[in-house]
Amino acid sequence: MDANEIKERMKIPRQTMPEQDPHERVRNFYEVPYGFTPEQAIAEAKRCIQCKKPLCVGGCPVNIDIPWFIRLIAEGKFVEAAHKLKETNGLPAVCGRVCPQEDQCEKVCVVGKKADAVSIGRLERFAADYEREHGEVTIPNIPKWTGKKAAVVGAGPAGLTVAGDLVKKGHKVTVFEALHTPGGVLMYGIPEFRLPKKIVQSEVEYLKRMGVEIVLNAVVGKLETIDELLANGYDAVFVGSGAGLPNFMNIPGENLSGVYSANEYLTRVNLMKAYQFPEYDTPVIRGRKVVVIGGGNTAMDSARTALRLCPEEVSIVYRRSREELPARVEEIHHGEEEGLKFKLLTNPKRFIGDHEGRLKALECVSMELGEPDESGRRRPVEMKGSEFTIEADVAIIAIGNGANPLVPQTTPDIKVNKWGNITVNPDNGRTSKEGVFSGGDIVRGGATVILAMGDGRRAADSMDEYMRTGIW
Amino acid sequence: MYEIVEKAELAHTVYQYKIKAPLIAKKRKAGQFVVLRLNEMGERIPLTIVGSDDKEGTITIIVQEVGKSTAMLGDMTVGDSILDVVGPLGKPTHIEDFGIAVCVGGGIGTAPVLPIAKAMKEAGNKVISIIGARNKGLLILENEMREASHELHITTDDGSYGHHGFVTQVLQKFIDEGMKIGCVVGIGPVPMMRAVSNVTRPYGIQTVVSLNPIMVDGTGMCGACRVTIGGKNQFVCVDGPEFNGHEVNYEELMLRNRSYIKEEKTAMEEFTYHEGAKCYDRECK
Ligand SMILES: Cc1cc2nc3c(=O)[nH]c(=O)nc-3n(C[C@H](O)[C@H](O)[C@H](O)COP(=O)(O)OP(=O)(O)OC[C@H]3O[C@@H](n4cnc5c(N)ncnc54)[C@H](O)[C@@H]3O)c2cc1C
Ligand SMILES: Cc1cc2nc3c(=O)[nH]c(=O)nc-3n(C[C@H](O)[C@H](O)[C@H](O)COP(=O)(O)OP(=O)(O)OC[C@H]3O[C@@H](n4cnc5c(N)ncnc54)[C@H](O)[C@@H]3O)c2cc1C
Ligand code: SF4
Ligand code: SF4
Ligand code: FES
Repeated sequence: MDANEIKERMKIPRQTMPEQDPHERVRNFYEVPYGFTPEQAIAEAKRCIQCKKPLCVGGCPVNIDIPWFIRLIAEGKFVEAAHKLKETNGLPAVCGRVCPQEDQCEKVCVVGKKADAVSIGRLERFAADYEREHGEVTIPNIPKWTGKKAAVVGAGPAGLTVAGDLVKKGHKVTVFEALHTPGGVLMYGIPEFRLPKKIVQSEVEYLKRMGVEIVLNAVVGKLETIDELLANGYDAVFVGSGAGLPNFMNIPGENLSGVYSANEYLTRVNLMKAYQFPEYDTPVIRGRKVVVIGGGNTAMDSARTALRLCPEEVSIVYRRSREELPARVEEIHHGEEEGLKFKLLTNPKRFIGDHEGRLKALECVSMELGEPDESGRRRPVEMKGSEFTIEADVAIIAIGNGANPLVPQTTPDIKVNKWGNITVNPDNGRTSKEGVFSGGDIVRGGATVILAMGDGRRAADSMDEYMRTGIW
Repeated sequence: MYEIVEKAELAHTVYQYKIKAPLIAKKRKAGQFVVLRLNEMGERIPLTIVGSDDKEGTITIIVQEVGKSTAMLGDMTVGDSILDVVGPLGKPTHIEDFGIAVCVGGGIGTAPVLPIAKAMKEAGNKVISIIGARNKGLLILENEMREASHELHITTDDGSYGHHGFVTQVLQKFIDEGMKIGCVVGIGPVPMMRAVSNVTRPYGIQTVVSLNPIMVDGTGMCGACRVTIGGKNQFVCVDGPEFNGHEVNYEELMLRNRSYIKEEKTAMEEFTYHEGAKCYDRECK
C-alpha cells in the first residue's frame, strides 16, 4: 500500500453502527445495535491500512490475523472472512459483541494514533453474522478418531473452546454442564439486548455438528467426580467451571426480599426469561425504584436490565467517582441514554425493610477519595456523619464473584490459591493433578470471554499432546 | 428428558413419582435433592429425593401441590417426561450411631424424613419417629415410616387420627420421660421446624432441620437460597439443606419464602383460568 493510498484510507470516517432508539429500546429486550450493512462493512474495512507489523494482532488475546480478515471484508469476501476468523476464534459473533475492544485490539490499532481506530470488533461481528444469516456455515473436516476421549466441565466460553479444538484434532469430547442450557455466563449473565441468545445457541449447534457431545444437567462433583471421569474412560479432563459464586456485602438487611445478587437477578431474567413472566414461570420483583450496587459491567448489565422491566428509576450506587467506574464506556453511555442515574461516591451501610421483610430503602454514606491503594486507584473513605437514605424496593448487588467451589471441594488434589481459584501453569493450563487442565474464570477470577477462550485454546493444545504422548 | 414410570396419590394433592434418572439413582444419598424443570417455560423447583432403585435406575419424589409448578407436575402421569432433572444436589445427611434418633416429619416433610430414618436405622440407631398432619386424609407414608422406624407415633391437629395435637407435644413428652435422645431430625413447614428446635434447645439436644428456601440454580451460583445461620450467610443448596436447627433464623426464611406471593398468585390464576379450577390448599405452608 503506497503512502497515497494510506492517506486516502485515513480520510474515510469511522462508520457508525445504527442502533435502536433509546426510548424504544428500554421497552424491549432486542439487541441495541443493528450491526453494519455490507456497504458500511466494506467502507470500514477500507480504513485499515494493512500494516506490515500489525500491532492490533498483539492486542488481541488470541492473536487473530486481523488485517487478513479485514482485507477479505474489504474485498466483499464476507464468508471467507468468517472462516479466517474461525481459524483462531471459535466464537467471533460473540467476541465481536462483548470483547472490550477499546482496551485490546483497537487500543493499539495504528490508525487510532491519528484518527479513530478501525472498528475491528464490529467487523468481526459483521463477518460472523453474515456467515450465519446466509446459511454459509460449513463444518471443517474432522480427522479420524485418535482413540482418545476428553471430558470438559462447564459449557462456558472456556469449555466450549476446548471442546471445539479437541474434536478438530480428532478426539472425542463430552462436555458436562450443570445448567439446563450450555453457554455459561453468555446465557445466564450477559443480557439478551447485548448478546442475543440465539447467537450463542447457534455457536453451540455448530460444535455439536462437529461431533461435540454435550450432557446437560450434569453437575460434576455431585453426579460424577473428576476422579470418576478419569476412571471411567476419559483420558483428560478440562475444568472450566467459571467464577459463579456471588459476593455479598455482609451488611444488615441483606437478606430482605428484594435484595438480589447480580447473578440471581440476571439468571432469573436471562436464562429463565422472567421478563416474559407469567408466560414463563420464573418471577422477578420488578420494583419501582431499583438500586444497583457496583460499577463494573455486571452492574451495568443489571441496571440496563432493570430499566427494561419498567421501574420508575434505576440508579447505580458506586463508592468511587466517575473516572474509576470499571465498566466499559460504551455501556455507561448506553445506560445513560436509557435513563440510568448515577449516585457516585456513595456506599450502602444497611438495607431497611418494612414489616413484611421487603426492602424499602438503603442507608448510605458519602465517600471521598483518599490516598491511592494497591490497585493504584484512590481509596474511598467514609465521610463521617454523612448518612442519608435512598428509597428502593429492589437492590442488586454486583460487587464481583468468587470461584465456584464445587469441583475443587470434591477433588482435593487439585491445588487452589487462597481465593479458591485453581492454580495452573499459564502456558498450558496444567493443574497440579495429572490429566486435569483448567482455564477461564475458575483460574483467573472474573475476567473476559476472550481470555477464557485463549486459555481454552492453550489447554486444548496441551491436552492433545498429553493424550497422544501420555507425558505429563 | 426424564420419564415418569410410576405415579401414586398418597393424599389429597400429594403425589409420589418414580422418575427414570439412572445416574442420580446410583449416586444419591439420604438428605439430597433434585432440581427439576417441567418444560421449556418452566421454573426450576427443588424436590427431595425420597428413595431410589439402582437396578431400575429410578428415583422417587413426593410432591405436594402448592402452586403452579407443583400443580402442573401433579397433572403429569406415567409415560410423560420431565424436561430437566438435575442432581443429586446438596450435602447428604450426616448419619452416625447416635443411640436414639428421633425423626420428626410434619406434613409433606415426612417425605424427606423417610430416607433419613432408613439410613439412621441402618447405622444402628434406635429410630423413634413422630409424623404429623393436619388431618388423617393428609397423612402420608405411614406404612413406610413404620417399617423404617423402631417406633412410630402419629399426630393430627384435629385429632382425626393418632395423638390429638402437634408433633412437638410428643417430642416434649419423650424428653420429660427422660428419654436419652442422641439426635433429633425435624423436617416440615418452617414454623414446625422452629417449634421442634425450641423444644430441644433448652436440653442441648442435637437437632437437624432441612430448609426449603426458594432456589434457582441449586448449584451455589445465585445466592437466592441464602439464609442466616449462626449469624452467617449460608447457601442452602450447597452448604445444606440440613443445618443445626438451633442456629437458623426462621423468621428471615419465612419472610424470604413469601417474596413472590403476588407473582405466584398471578401464575396460579392464569393456570387455573386455562386449565380449570383445582383445589389448592396453601394453609400448610
Ligand atoms: C453479567 C456479566 C457480564 C459480562 N460481560 C462481559 C463482556 O461484556 N465481555 C467480556 O469479555 N466478558 C464479560 N463477562 C465476563 C465473562 O462472561 C467471563 O469471563 C467468561 O464467561 C468466563 O468463561 P468461563 O468459561 O471460564 O466460565 P463461565 O462462563 O462462568 O461458564 C462456566 C460454566 O460451567 C458450569 N459449571 C460450573 N460448575 C460446574 C460443575 N461442577 N459441573 C458442570 N458444570 C459446571 C456453569 O454452569 C457454567 O455454565 C461478564 C460477566 C458477567 C457475570
Ligand atoms: C431442598 C428442598 C427440598 C424440597 N423438597 C420438597 C419435597 O420433597 N416435596 C415438596 O412437595 N416440596 C418440596 N420442596 C418445596 C418445593 O420446592 C416448592 O413447594 C415448589 O417449588 C413450589 O413451586 P410452585 O410453583 O408449585 O409454587 P409457588 O406458587 O411458586 O410457590 C409456593 C411456595 O413454594 C415456595 N417456592 C416457590 N418457588 C420455589 C422455588 N423455585 N424453590 C423453592 N421453593 C419455592 C415458596 O415458599 C412459595 O411461597 C423443597 C424445597 C427445597 C428447597
Ligand atoms: S477477539 Fe476481541 S480482542 Fe480479538 S480481535 Fe476480536 S474483538 Fe479484538
Ligand atoms: S493496526 Fe489497525 S490499521 Fe493496522 S492492520 Fe491492525 S487494524 Fe489495520
Ligand atoms: S439456589 Fe442459587 S445459590 Fe442456591
